[in-house]
Amino acid sequence: MTTVTESVATSRPPADGEADRRRSAAATRRRVKELVFHVAAVAASVVILYPAAWMLMSAFKPSHDIVGNTSLLPDAWTIDNFVKAFSGIGGVPFMSFFWNSVLLAVLSVLGVVLSASVSAYAFARVRFPGRGALFAIMIGTLLLPFHVVIIPQYILFNQLGLVNTYVPLLAGKFLAADAFFVFLMVQFIRGIPRELDEAARIDGCGHVRTFTSVILPLMRPALVTSSIFTFIWTWNDFLGPLLYLGRPELYTLPIALRQYVDQTSVSDYGAQMAMAVLALLPVLIFFVIFQRYIIDGVATQGLKG
Amino acid sequence: MTVTRAVPDGAPPTSFVPTRDVKRYRAGDVRAGYAFVSPWLIGFAALTAFPMLASLYLAFTDYNLFRDPQFVGLENFQRLFEDPRFLQSAQVTAVYVFLGTPVKLAAALGAALLLNLRFRGQGVYRSIFYMPSLIGASVSIAIVWKAMFIDDGIVDQIQQLVGFPAGGWVGNPDMTMPMMILLAVWGFGAPTVIFLAGLKQIPAELYEAAEVDGAGPVRRFWNITMPMLSPVLFFNLLMETIHAFQVFSSAFIISGGSGGPAGSTLFYTLYLYIRGFQDFRMGYASAMAWVLVAVVGIITAVLFRTSRTWVHYTGDER
Repeated sequence: MTTVTESVATSRPPADGEADRRRSAAATRRRVKELVFHVAAVAASVVILYPAAWMLMSAFKPSHDIVGNTSLLPDAWTIDNFVKAFSGIGGVPFMSFFWNSVLLAVLSVLGVVLSASVSAYAFARVRFPGRGALFAIMIGTLLLPFHVVIIPQYILFNQLGLVNTYVPLLAGKFLAADAFFVFLMVQFIRGIPRELDEAARIDGCGHVRTFTSVILPLMRPALVTSSIFTFIWTWNDFLGPLLYLGRPELYTLPIALRQYVDQTSVSDYGAQMAMAVLALLPVLIFFVIFQRYIIDGVATQGLKG
Repeated sequence: MTVTRAVPDGAPPTSFVPTRDVKRYRAGDVRAGYAFVSPWLIGFAALTAFPMLASLYLAFTDYNLFRDPQFVGLENFQRLFEDPRFLQSAQVTAVYVFLGTPVKLAAALGAALLLNLRFRGQGVYRSIFYMPSLIGASVSIAIVWKAMFIDDGIVDQIQQLVGFPAGGWVGNPDMTMPMMILLAVWGFGAPTVIFLAGLKQIPAELYEAAEVDGAGPVRRFWNITMPMLSPVLFFNLLMETIHAFQVFSSAFIISGGSGGPAGSTLFYTLYLYIRGFQDFRMGYASAMAWVLVAVVGIITAVLFRTSRTWVHYTGDER
């Protein structure tokens, strides 16, 4: 298994000592290859991690020492940047933006889990006229550039007086507009043995009971994957809040961050870096905890990172 | 699509049952089906289908959110193609899509081949390689990118150490595109993970058989790996291309919302945002949106059409 690419076996069976020598030569060659691989992979990792490490370290440097300083570690450590970042902008404290982001992300997760799972059950398990066509349309929306709907959506929410509320940002989540999650869940439900549904049917369960007592509990992995991605995507979302949130007390972290960059003098990189770090921290913590789910989600469902 | 339709009346074995009991759908199923699908269906109608129609109508009007739309026929589309800023945004986006996507996918394929070698520690490398694609489109990283690539910034310093002339990136219209493409390529981890999953699906017997037949590593790559990986390559190419057309937040943050310097980061969606939500030319912006839909639609169709010649599906798929 481990040495498919090695040609250890040869056609002529050589003498015993010869065989040993060859085997140890092959092992040495393999060890050299592995070393070369690790050197290359570590070098690549350093380059890849550098921007993130630089951001983190810069947050602890005095502002004037950030831009041109090639050394990664601060000459003098300071937490002034974080103090400044926590004081917020325009009289609104940093934690307000943080809790807004948390609220929006948690409600989004709730919306996606509820609406996508229910819709997916219909596509995967219930026979009704038009199901095939609707399913095809849903797949089609995956390829649609969403910019074609943002202007009419804005006009609509504006006329309903819902600009400067979270409703426009949450409506799509509670109405299963992220078709990717519906699709993911449909695929998952199709993998659940139908015998389970039929057993429930024989026991007298209707669709509602079958869904809530049989399918939903078994869908946990798909729900977890959808929740993680919804949380991270909502947390990082910029365009939606940029369009709909105009008042500082409603700002999420990305919008607050952008506002902060616009307002502070160009040279105050320190506080910008500190705020950038704080805004990314929850995503990175999520990644560390849920790595397996995230990478499996990408690998098996082609979810975009 | 599904072939589970009940047999029409007169079908042999159950014909002694009164035909009206052999319905195509059970009434309970139909009710439950529409009830269960209603969240998505309402969402699709209210947030996608209706807005698309509205946007198509607006594309033929002059509308600024405050006065009623004025029908102007094809004027928006005519003006688009005379608008130098529009043409520039189309060009910037085209360069980004057609240069950045292949580079990103090549990096992803290379990384996936490395991660598929049977050495220890691959899980760790995979996580490290993947991490940037989770945060690459965030505002935080856009700020970091700008600070790293700013004139006399750290990238400038390093390139001088290595012997390249200093020129700056953020303030230099010739260098902003390479900078944006580097940011896109930094997020190569997601397609890498997808490629890697595809590589692991290729049966080892194929390689063993090829080796017995005397095929070297290069032949094995072109005659086994690439054909077997082609469905995954197609998926990645399609998704990355469509996403690349829609890049917004990084360009917005790095250029401070202006698309500068000299329009070199005026990406299509950024210009659409400026026209629609800063100038309130919503008819014009809707026309832009439909041009984008048309272009992405054509590219998707071309990719699907050409895929017949280079994408190989093994028997059990499709």
